[in-house]
Amino acid sequence: MTERDIEFKVFRYKQGGAAPAHQTFTVRCDENTTVLVALQDIRRDQDGTLILRHSCHHASCGTCGMRINGREELACVVKVFELGTPTVVVEPMRNMPVISDLVVDMEPFYDRFNAAGMPFIRESEYLEEAEVAEGLETYMRCENCIECNLCVSACPIMGTDPTYIGPAALAATWRVVEEPRGLDSRPLLDWVDSQNGCWRCHVAYECNEACPSGVLPGDKIMSLRRELTKRKFRRLFGR
Amino acid sequence: MAPFHAVIIGGGGTGAAVAHDLTLRGMKVTLVERGELTSGTTGRHHGLLHSGARYAVKDKESAVECIDENTILRRIAPGSFELNDGLFVALTDEEAAYSHELVEACHECGIPARRLTREEALAREPNLNPAVKLAVQVPDATMDAMRMPLRFFATAKHNGATIKPYHEVVDFVRRGNAVSAIRVRDHTSNKEYEIGGDIFINAGGAWSGRIGAMVGVDVPIRPSPGVMLAVYGRLCNMVVNRLHASGDGDIIVPQRALSVIGTSSWVVEDPDNLGLPEDHIQMMVKYGSELVPAVRTAKFRAAWSAARPLIGPRGADTGRELSRTFKCFDHIDEGVEGFVTITGGKATTLRGMAETTANVVCQKLGFPVPCPTRDYVLLPHTAYYA
Repeated sequence: MTERDIEFKVFRYKQGGAAPAHQTFTVRCDENTTVLVALQDIRRDQDGTLILRHSCHHASCGTCGMRINGREELACVVKVFELGTPTVVVEPMRNMPVISDLVVDMEPFYDRFNAAGMPFIRESEYLEEAEVAEGLETYMRCENCIECNLCVSACPIMGTDPTYIGPAALAATWRVVEEPRGLDSRPLLDWVDSQNGCWRCHVAYECNEACPSGVLPGDKIMSLRRELTKRKFRRLFGR
Repeated sequence: MAPFHAVIIGGGGTGAAVAHDLTLRGMKVTLVERGELTSGTTGRHHGLLHSGARYAVKDKESAVECIDENTILRRIAPGSFELNDGLFVALTDEEAAYSHELVEACHECGIPARRLTREEALAREPNLNPAVKLAVQVPDATMDAMRMPLRFFATAKHNGATIKPYHEVVDFVRRGNAVSAIRVRDHTSNKEYEIGGDIFINAGGAWSGRIGAMVGVDVPIRPSPGVMLAVYGRLCNMVVNRLHASGDGDIIVPQRALSVIGTSSWVVEDPDNLGLPEDHIQMMVKYGSELVPAVRTAKFRAAWSAARPLIGPRGADTGRELSRTFKCFDHIDEGVEGFVTITGGKATTLRGMAETTANVVCQKLGFPVPCPTRDYVLLPHTAYYA
């Protein structure tokens, strides 16, 4: 296994301290080293005050979202060598208050996301030919969205309009409209049928690019628009 | 006004559940964690809600703990699990024969277990190795390894607990033979200050030995990492286990649209330096594809290591020989007052670990309140941020 020294330029900020600045660290990496592991190595060997969010280390929890060389990524699944740059720039997500270093405050994300009220468990669509095991009603699985906020960070509208509901909450709303699971989706459709709802999107599809879970929030926003348009026509013709 | 102030060190699943339990019992609770919540072992395991079947033959105490807590967690944390049961799959005649011992041991531990024919197993999981001889169905499930514990934090917080991530303990303050305060560094501002309390609870998991050493007590913990591999695609709906005594690469846990293959086991000194042995990743592919052949061709998503906090003497070799149960140590046995350690165990038993710890704490403080957590439905994880 080959090893190489890689330079990391990491965004640093402490509350009440100096203005935010980038600090450079050199880390020995190999083919398997992810940006997350490199940051943990920095924390262990060079600077114990560096803080970041992380938990599952396999793109299932969504906590380690950050900007790596200017792109929204989960640090746990980005291999350093695959970036192909001698210097790796690591910064916190955009469009969120920074608490310190790479840690952003997720409260605004959940303020919007919770409004959609999406249940977290859905019917599993995999292996439809499978016979459900005795004693179970159906096979279930967790929703794809891992609430990482990368789509919100990547969205060009979020940066200019903080009142925008944003891609994650709109995608969650579409999941309820698409599969209501006993919920009434009409108030949700009213909520997103507004200037800061699904009509605010400029169809840049940066969210689709950023999503690590294949949720495609941009496509879901377009699905909401189609549904609302259908609803308007139905109303126009009194049906 | 709460009569006692409990200070918990460690923001993993155990610390979360202890904070929830003691808050409900009426104590003032402060929890400190050096990094993000669940950033140690908690969020990083394969996401199995154990039925206990894995331990039924050789570690009955752990098996009974698992099925008890499995049942309770389904009740108090609905929506955090993919409740699809699990299969123990026999691929050889020897493993098929072992199924009798497994089913019998499960029943002794109160774990529902049913033998399925080869055809029944393949009907439920068409991606299984067609060489499957038979399977045993048990109530395993997949948990959201980060969000399920986060519900304990959310509930504790809404009931009055103070949760402080990014606060690292840098020193313990002693008065006589008692711990009277911790000195913490707030990594969001680089400021240091003291937090006083009546009882200090070490819930550091694989790091609990290091925290104990700061107080001068010995915690017999063996950080025992394992490698896990996640591949794209949900290759099964049920948890698929190899029907044999615990070994490497013997489980596939479907998680959202991924499949997680685990795991190996060795022992390290430093839980911050686990490494990621390449041969262990290859081992997961090899053994995982024996269970579900599609593992071999599935696209790689991630490989990582996580450290189990196993209780055991120094000199333990692979970690497999150590029990998976948990233990609460009252360090008064070593002459230190006001300091207890909870360690060992696993994600499935977090609530039970907290109950045991809170019982020890309440008894020490002369505060006899019964455990209220068995039927207390937890808030959703999103409530932590609201």
